Amino acid sequence: MVSDTRTLARLIQRRCASHVLAAHHYRGQQTVLIRREGLLQVARFLKDDRTMAFDVLMDLTAVDYLKFGTTLSSAPTLTTPSPLPYYMTPKVLPEKWERMVASDQYRFEVVYHFYSTAHNHRLRLKAPLPAADPVVDSVTGLWAAANWFEREAWDMFGIAFRGHPNLKRLLMYEGFVGHPLRKDYPVNRRQPLVGPVN
Amino acid sequence: MQGTVDVSKLSWTTTRLDAALGWARKFSIFQYPFVTACCGMEYMATATSHYDMDRFGAGFPRFSPRQADVLFVVGTVSHKIAPVLKRVYDQMTEPKWVVAFGVCTCTGGFYDNYATVRGIDTIIPVDVYIPGCPPRPENVLDGLMKLQEKIAQGAQTTVPTGPSARPAELQRPHRPETHLDDRYQIPS
Repeated sequence: MVSDTRTLARLIQRRCASHVLAAHHYRGQQTVLIRREGLLQVARFLKDDRTMAFDVLMDLTAVDYLKFGTTLSSAPTLTTPSPLPYYMTPKVLPEKWERMVASDQYRFEVVYHFYSTAHNHRLRLKAPLPAADPVVDSVTGLWAAANWFEREAWDMFGIAFRGHPNLKRLLMYEGFVGHPLRKDYPVNRRQPLVGPVN
Repeated sequence: MQGTVDVSKLSWTTTRLDAALGWARKFSIFQYPFVTACCGMEYMATATSHYDMDRFGAGFPRFSPRQADVLFVVGTVSHKIAPVLKRVYDQMTEPKWVVAFGVCTCTGGFYDNYATVRGIDTIIPVDVYIPGCPPRPENVLDGLMKLQEKIAQGAQTTVPTGPSARPAELQRPHRPETHLDDRYQIPS
């Protein structure tokens, strides 16, 4: 039984050290960033290891960091809330922020949320993907729930999942061009099946 | 009492045929509920005995478009479901009327995005708009009575009218060139 969530990341780091990019925890939520090359190895470890035993894939989604940090809605904030009142809160330095903003090598991020019914613990796993080649291995072989989640991520973000049995659009209709939740999809672009474009 | 007629003594009366038809039709509104979203709950609330839609002759929904007179479009219509809505409308027999129930069917509401049709009047003709998110049952009954007036007059919208023909309160400036994120750039 792993009661302290911080030890989860430590165990993953010890087991798959070459694949782990970073790990952090906040209010009991444990997050591990990994290289996409090691996704299947880490995922298999998370599922099969007795101290991990993540038998449920709660959620699988993606993030597009194209305009991250450059607009007001994604302005820099402190990762840990400051205990000081708002007028004394220290400003985040822009140059410090710049390093966290996505480059071409870190535009997309696939996010996995795992849950273990045996140990009642959770883990968030993230894998950065480059803009030119957003491809990652499918985990449908390990968690069947990933099937439709990955189809949705393909539909909305255009992230291809290698080894997926049926990677086609889930929400949008056939003939829809592009991936609407990408930040470079124009907000005003309409693709109606009947009726005028409005 | 020369020249006056006691109507209650008469066993017959005369009228215009279209007026008689209009009077008959306005009290036999067989609706087809095309319910796609949360407005459906308010539609169901309106259909309960508390509001007694049967006094308008509208208490009997038909779930086949071929048996219906009025198409109630209730809830958000996405581009994916739009061909189905068009087809249901085409399957209804004349004369037919369309009610846009809720602000999403009237104008698209706040869904200014890739998925949502911005007003069903861009696809099919609309006779009565009932805005609201969702409209209260009283609001719906008001719209129903307006539809009755329209039916009694023999009026009917037959072609899709689009945004420019909407009632003034449903016309909303659409600014496709602006977007919140681009207007509020952080000064570098």
